[in-house]
Amino acid sequence: MKRVIITVVGKDAVGIIARVCTYLAENQINILDISQTIVGGYFNMMMVTDPSKSPRETGVIADELDEMGRSMGLSIRVMGEDIFNAMHRI
Amino acid sequence: MINILEATETVKMITQENLDVRTITMGISLLDCISSDLTQLNENIYSKITTCARDLVRVGHEIEREYGIPIVNKRISVTPIGLVGASACKTPEDFVSIARTLDRAAKSVGVNFLGGFSAVVSKGMTPAEENLIRAIPEALACTDYVCSSVNVGSTKTGIDMDAIRLLGEIILQTAELTKEKDSLGCAKLVVFCNAPDDNPFMAGAFHGVTEGDTVINVGVSGPGVVKTALESVRGESFEVLCETIKKTAFKVTRVGQLVAQEASRRLGVPFGIIDLSLAPTPAMGDSVADILCEIGLEYAGAPGTTAALALLNDQVKKGGVMASSYVGGLSGAFIPVSEDQGMIDAVEAGALHLEKLEAMTCVCSVGLDMIAIPGDTKASTISGIIADEMAIGMVNAKTTAVRLIPVIGKGVGESVEFGGLLGHAPIMAVNGFSCEDFIRRKGRIPAPIHSFKN
Repeated sequence: MKRVIITVVGKDAVGIIARVCTYLAENQINILDISQTIVGGYFNMMMVTDPSKSPRETGVIADELDEMGRSMGLSIRVMGEDIFNAMHRI
Repeated sequence: MINILEATETVKMITQENLDVRTITMGISLLDCISSDLTQLNENIYSKITTCARDLVRVGHEIEREYGIPIVNKRISVTPIGLVGASACKTPEDFVSIARTLDRAAKSVGVNFLGGFSAVVSKGMTPAEENLIRAIPEALACTDYVCSSVNVGSTKTGIDMDAIRLLGEIILQTAELTKEKDSLGCAKLVVFCNAPDDNPFMAGAFHGVTEGDTVINVGVSGPGVVKTALESVRGESFEVLCETIKKTAFKVTRVGQLVAQEASRRLGVPFGIIDLSLAPTPAMGDSVADILCEIGLEYAGAPGTTAALALLNDQVKKGGVMASSYVGGLSGAFIPVSEDQGMIDAVEAGALHLEKLEAMTCVCSVGLDMIAIPGDTKASTISGIIADEMAIGMVNAKTTAVRLIPVIGKGVGESVEFGGLLGHAPIMAVNGFSCEDFIRRKGRIPAPIHSFKN
């Protein structure tokens, strides 16, 4: 299973998690873990997800979430988990 | 599992600090293309490159999208054409026909540079290699993506001064033939001492004869990431400074290692090396000079610059070596002038001169890189500058290189705009005293003694 990490950064607003989660549910992407924090009024969220049952390719998911993020004034990035493990784990 | 702070740090490096993988370079051996018939040779070369590299750009894009890490360049390096064309090419024009074929192949597979229009002549030139060198000005003027390099010396062989004398003239001719574009041809020509066989960075990449049939080499980057990390340790001791650089270099290199392994797996091509170089771009916040300033200098070029750069270069290697089992290429901090906004600022402020740049090249990769000089500089003076830089490489057993751009029709005080990754450059003053009698001597400088090092 190749897990994918979704990060959301931007100004806090009502319904951010709801919209992202709705998109993930519609595309059969399973959420394994969510953590969220607010730093200086900025919303930071990280989701660990499993897209293996999704009909969508990771690249397409990345583009669509990026577009959704822009429409809400947020930066949403979808990145394979390996890159984080490579960087932060020996 | 990764926590939110780690995730945020990685995302910030990419989105705000210009972390990227600078290049995936596929090395392709052309030795099996050799034919004594020029038409056949050109066909063989075109067919091999377009077959081996047909998926390179697509796979690069896929990895970019899946991991969210920009991979700026996809490139190809080939066996030095001085060897490949030796049997078929009887004149410089014959070599130019190969350059055109390489350009066509590069465009067909969608890469943005192809290196290897090269000759390795550290001890002497064969007639074919001399013809290749004489073909360089025309080859670089009539192609868009072909890059050329000539290795004129090594620690084991000494320096081929005949090749250096010839290259002084060749560089001026290259500048002349591309004068409509601010002598841009010279940006695609590097003269080396101790050139590595596995360098993924242009313009000096070629696929050495020690390599296998095909290989994937990756060059990472990340001056902006190092700079930002150092902002948090202002005023701290050297120990803290070094630790911070090492940790950052480790993280940057691990990203390169991941991308290299993925590219190798998906393309079915063996992984070669990661090149650890800190490679700047003209973008704001992607500058090696800015790191030197963050270490404590007003401008790059101020007293202390060589020491700060030596420290930076060494820590980058120490951190990077831990992150990848196969490190190679040039692996150090690059200090090109036109491709680094901080360097440009330093030159414009009067803080940085050619002589200080030369001193800096003693402690870092790679050499006098992307330096615009007056168009009326004499060929012998260019040869003299090259000889000095090659001597530094030869004696210190390191790679050094020269990529000078004599800008035809322009002088000190003016500047040139190359565009894109090549940036812009103020034209730097060159020492005007003559070295003609020195350069006119024939033969080579002997290899240095390998003991009694002082």
